[in-house]
Amino acid sequence: MTNLLILIPAALALGGLGLAAFLWSLRTGQYDDLDGAAERILHEDDED
Amino acid sequence: MDCCPTGAALDIATRDGGAARAGAAARAGAFEHAARDLRPGERLVQFIAPAMHCGACVSTLERGLRRAPGVLSARANLTAKRLALTYDPARAKAADLAAAVEALGYAVHPADDAAATEAAEAAEARDLLTRMGVAGFAAMNVMLLSVSVWSGAEAATRDLMHWISAMIVLPVVLYAGRPFFVSALAGLRAGRLNMDAPISLAVILAAALSLSETMRGGPEAFFDACAMLLFLLLVGRYLDRLMRARARSAAAGLMRLQPKGAMVIGADGPAWAPLEDIAPGARVLVAAGERLAVDGVVESGASDLDVSHLTGESAPQATGPGATVHAGALNLSGPLTLRATAVGQASSLGEIAALMAEAESAKSRVARLADQAATIYAPVVHLAALATFLGWMWLGLDAREAGFIAIAVLIITCPCALGLAAPMAQATAAGALFRLGVMLKDGAALERLARVRHVVFDKTGTLTAGRPRLRAPQASPQALAAAAALAGVSRHPLSQALAVWARGAGVRAASAQDVAEHPGLGVEGMIGGRRARLGGAAWAGAADDGAAREASAVWLRLGEDPPVAFLFDDAPRPGAAETVAALQGAGLSVEVLSGDRPGPVAALAALLGVAQWRAQADPQAKIARVSALSAMGGALMVGDGVNDAPALAAATVSMAPASAADIGRAAADMVFMGEDLRVVAQAQALAVRTRAVILQNFAIAAGYNCIAVPLAVSGHASPLVAAIAMSSSSIVVVANALRLRVAARPRDAQRAGRPLTEAAA
Repeated sequence: MTNLLILIPAALALGGLGLAAFLWSLRTGQYDDLDGAAERILHEDDED
Repeated sequence: MDCCPTGAALDIATRDGGAARAGAAARAGAFEHAARDLRPGERLVQFIAPAMHCGACVSTLERGLRRAPGVLSARANLTAKRLALTYDPARAKAADLAAAVEALGYAVHPADDAAATEAAEAAEARDLLTRMGVAGFAAMNVMLLSVSVWSGAEAATRDLMHWISAMIVLPVVLYAGRPFFVSALAGLRAGRLNMDAPISLAVILAAALSLSETMRGGPEAFFDACAMLLFLLLVGRYLDRLMRARARSAAAGLMRLQPKGAMVIGADGPAWAPLEDIAPGARVLVAAGERLAVDGVVESGASDLDVSHLTGESAPQATGPGATVHAGALNLSGPLTLRATAVGQASSLGEIAALMAEAESAKSRVARLADQAATIYAPVVHLAALATFLGWMWLGLDAREAGFIAIAVLIITCPCALGLAAPMAQATAAGALFRLGVMLKDGAALERLARVRHVVFDKTGTLTAGRPRLRAPQASPQALAAAAALAGVSRHPLSQALAVWARGAGVRAASAQDVAEHPGLGVEGMIGGRRARLGGAAWAGAADDGAAREASAVWLRLGEDPPVAFLFDDAPRPGAAETVAALQGAGLSVEVLSGDRPGPVAALAALLGVAQWRAQADPQAKIARVSALSAMGGALMVGDGVNDAPALAAATVSMAPASAADIGRAAADMVFMGEDLRVVAQAQALAVRTRAVILQNFAIAAGYNCIAVPLAVSGHASPLVAAIAMSSSSIVVVANALRLRVAARPRDAQRAGRPLTEAAA
């Protein structure tokens, strides 16, 4: 039972972390230009 | 075919003279109109750059613009073909930035009014994606807890798992299920049972039942099923929306090319005014290279007008004082001053738009496959659940147990696979189409395309490239050299075609002095001490003979030599003949419906192997024909002009090339990029395959229900069975839809090989 008391919150926290990362990437517009992102990786000239 | 455009291709912005200044001012007005303040000292302007289509374009634009004076940041969005620039209004104007982009070789157009609605749509899509993420989180974690219950957790442990699941799932149901509840309620209010009704009912009942089981410490709870249902259905819903939004944003971007204003000559000189502020009677200045925004009568100036978008007639019309001109025509060679007679709704362009709106509303809206399925599915499922409940009551179970089994029926029949079946297939097909260069406005268009029996093509600009091509000339080398020299200075399409041919054939242009272009007439200059004229028959002093009547022609007169005619054809688009053959091979009837003269139409029809053709068809005639064919098994209309727009709207489904008139692109269900017409046949074949896959998916979903429903009705649907059945059927349906992606690949390879052969030609 004590295992569960640690493991369940840990599992939930990790899942929550994943969710938070997803929401963050969504809010910062990382899915707005998927085609462009695929091409950008091929160019090394980004100054910023 | 170059990958990226070059600066040489750009036109009016760099031309000198008064007319170009007026044109530049009009453009500056339109661009400034599109910009807005972000904060003091920072303004944002968005441009559409239709030619942006690879990573090199993105980096050229971003790098080039970051160096431009006044630019604070530059970001190109390749998906939407859009450029967002922030700049310091004290150091640059929006029009300067547009000029900077054009200097890099990309034509740009302001993106203003529709930007706001697009932002709202993007926010909505993001909201859906957030709900999907939350549902996914809940599904994964609750599944984890459920596994321990299934593997034998007892008593207190099981209750703990159930309670934790309940605490995760109940808020998630409220949040992630909202789109379904809202849509189901809206459907019920309108007296319809849509697919969202059984979904909502199943999710709510499953959550309520599981909660009551949890409170009594019972063994079976469906929390995992709730979360997984919502997750899978939200995936389907998001795909559906993504597909529509992607095509719409690109199509909407192109739509905005229409002139939104004009240079009006007021008391204090010419100034740009938005269209809604121009009254009939106003004097409007139209520079060479601009599209007419109003109907009017020419007051002064002489020019050639390209009216091909309006009438389908490919030869430019000469115009001068007193002539009536129509909105939408492109002014080619000289500046014109018009007195506006009709603006907006009343203009010829407005009339065509009204005709189109009428056709659109009259168009029989074919119900989508998924909705058709839902109208049968929902009542059947609800009746089955009710029958199960009554049946078990009759067999002697108490209401709680009978209710439990009935709800299990609802959960297990919840149209999870059905909700994914159509959107997944359509999203995959739309992705395959997108790679072919076809943008789809919604999935229903694909369903309609699979059903058509007739294909109607417009001629100018659709079957042909809409650009004249010189027939092999019979002229002396001296005459060719003179013609090349004079043609090089003119913007008239025939002259440009002549100049292009001369460059390709290696004709060296003679040196000419005192060259001047006379709008509406032709070009004149001194070559080798002799007066040379290139232009219409009258200008060159030639009697117009019959040979020139069936084809467009320019005449050259060199000194006192007899005039020489140069005849032009409108070249068919690459792949036009193969497209016609492929469509006919697929059992479809093909015909040509053109507003052009009978001669060229007949010649082209014969060349492409089309037996059915009709020339000099006005928009009403086109609508009538297309509507008749739509009624007889469905018609695909492929056209580009303003004169095609009503027919495009009236057809069962329609396609337009990206080079089409704005209104044509707006009216069409699909827009295809590039020159190659073969994508029309490829899209049709893909649509047929997509329909087959959707029907297979429905069959799979139905087959799964045939197994699962008896289990549920007989009371054997445990949460474990529900979870396995639901996820396995969804995976099968998704995998089946992905076959469309694999099937589309060989065609891509074929396309990739094509530009090489074209470049060699």
